[in-house]
Amino acid sequence: MSSETQAGESPLLSQFRHGLNPEQIQRAVSDIVAGWERRELWMTLGLHDVRQRYRRSKLGPFWITISMAVMVLALGLLYGQIFRQDLHEYLPFLAAGFVIWGLVSSVVNEGCLSFIRSDGMIRQLNAPVSIYAYRNLWSNLIAFAHNIWVFFGVALWYGVDLNWNLLWLPVALFVILLNGLWISLLFGLLSARFRDVPLIVGSIVQVLFFITPVIWRPEMLPGRALLLDLNPFYHLVEIMRAPMLGQAPALEHWLAVLSILLVGWVITFFFYSAYRWRIAYWV
Amino acid sequence: MASIQLEKVSVSFPVYNAATRSIKNRIIQSATGGQIRADATSQRISVVQALQDINLSLENGDRLGLVGHNGAGKTTLLRVLGGIYEPNSGRVSVSGLTVPLFDISLGMDQESTGYENIILRGLFLGLTRQQMEARMEEIADFTELGDFLDLPIRTYSAGMQMRLAFAVSTSVVPDILLLDEGIGAGDAAFLQKARERLARFTEKVSIIVLSSHSDDLVRSMCSKAILMEHGQIVCAGPTDEVLEQYQARRGF
Repeated sequence: MSSETQAGESPLLSQFRHGLNPEQIQRAVSDIVAGWERRELWMTLGLHDVRQRYRRSKLGPFWITISMAVMVLALGLLYGQIFRQDLHEYLPFLAAGFVIWGLVSSVVNEGCLSFIRSDGMIRQLNAPVSIYAYRNLWSNLIAFAHNIWVFFGVALWYGVDLNWNLLWLPVALFVILLNGLWISLLFGLLSARFRDVPLIVGSIVQVLFFITPVIWRPEMLPGRALLLDLNPFYHLVEIMRAPMLGQAPALEHWLAVLSILLVGWVITFFFYSAYRWRIAYWV
Repeated sequence: MASIQLEKVSVSFPVYNAATRSIKNRIIQSATGGQIRADATSQRISVVQALQDINLSLENGDRLGLVGHNGAGKTTLLRVLGGIYEPNSGRVSVSGLTVPLFDISLGMDQESTGYENIILRGLFLGLTRQQMEARMEEIADFTELGDFLDLPIRTYSAGMQMRLAFAVSTSVVPDILLLDEGIGAGDAAFLQKARERLARFTEKVSIIVLSSHSDDLVRSMCSKAILMEHGQIVCAGPTDEVLEQYQARRGF
C-alpha cells in the first residue's frame, strides 16, 4: 500500500463532481429501489433492534408503552396544573403530541446513526446501503406502534371524539416516514463523514422539544410567533395530531410538510448520488 | 454465466483522523483560510492508495488466489469485486450472484435461537425467508446441533457457533464466491465433514476468488494466482509460478 498526500483541490469537492454524472445518479436511484426490495432483511434487522433493547426483561418491548404512559401521566398532571388546563382536553393533547414527538425525534436522532451503527455490515455485505435507513424507520415504526396505545387509552378514558378524521392518521404517518427516509439517508451520510453531526443534531432536537408545541398549546403563544411557523417539527407534529384529536388537518401544515418533503429529497438526492459510494470508506 | 472484468481500477482511501472528521476544524479551517500555515500537514488529508490500475478478467471455472503481504490490497480488491467499495476510477463489471464470505458469523444475533439465526443469515446472503425455511432441515441436520437450535446462540460454544455459521453460509451456491482467509470450522470430526461439504460447495461455484496467506490453501484450491504489492499486481499466472515468485521476493 503506497501512501501519498494530496494537496490542492479539496478531495470532498472533487468527489462531488465525480458523483454527479448520470451513471452515479442512476446508481443512487437503484440503491434506494433495491434497498426497498430487500425489505425482509431490514424488517428483521429492525425488529431485532427493538428486541435487543428489551432482551430478557419480563415485559419486553411493552416497556416502551409503559414508560411512555408514565411520562404522559406525570407531565400531564404537572403541566396541567401549571398551565391551569382542563385535563379532559389537555391530557389527550399531550399524549398525542408526545407519541408523535417520540417518533419524529428518534427517527431524526437515530437517522444520524443509520450508517455508523452498521459499519461492520456495510463493509462486509454487498447490499444496497439504503437498507440501513429503512431499518431505522422500521424499528422506530415498531416503537411507535407500541406507543400509540397510550394515546388511545387516554383518548378513551377522556372520551375524545375519535371520528372519520382519524383516517388522516395513516396518511400523515406515511408522509412523516417519507421525510424520515431522506433524513436518515442525508444525516446518516453526513454523520459518517463528520462525527459531530449526531451530537449537533441531538442537541438541536432537544431544544426543539421545548419550542415545539408538545407540552404547551400553540394558542398559548401570543400573536402566533414566527418561531412557530418556521419550526418544521411543528408542522410534522400537527398533521398527525389534529386527526388524532378529531380535527381535520389544516392545509397550511400539509403545505409546509410537503415542501419540506420536496426540498429535503432534492438536497438528499444530490448528496446521496455524490457520496453514497464513499459511505463504505467512511464508516 | 458469471464473469468479472476490471479495467484500470484504482481505489484510494482518504484517511481522516479525529481532527479532520470534526466540523469544528473544517469551519475553523475555512474561516482562517490559510492564515495558520504553520501546521501545514493538518491542511492536507492523507490519502492511501490501496489499489492502482488493476486489470483483471475472470470467466466461468476460474479459481483465483490472491497472495501478497499484509496491506498489499488483497482485501480491498475483494471488496471491490463484491461491490462494497466502488473504485475512484476505472471500470468494474461483475455479472452473477456474488457472495462475499469474509466473516462467516457476520450478522449472527447472540440472543436469537439457532433457527432464527439460520433465517437471518439467509436473508444476509440475499435469500427470502421462504427459501430459507425450505433449506432449514438440511442445514439443521448438517450442524448436528439438534435441540440446541431452539436455544439462543449465546449459549453455544465457539465451535458450535462456527458450525452453524458454516452450515448456513455453504447452503447457498452463488455464481461468484469471494473468500478472505481460510474458513476454519470446529472440532476434528466436524472438520472432515466440513471439508467435504466445502469441496462439494466450491465445485458448484462458477468463480472463486480467495485471498490467503496459506500457500497450501491457495495451491489446493486455485489454478491461477496473482501476487499483489503496494496495491498493484506484480505478477499473474499459474498458481505455482506465482507462489514461486512470491517466495523469491520474500527472500527464501
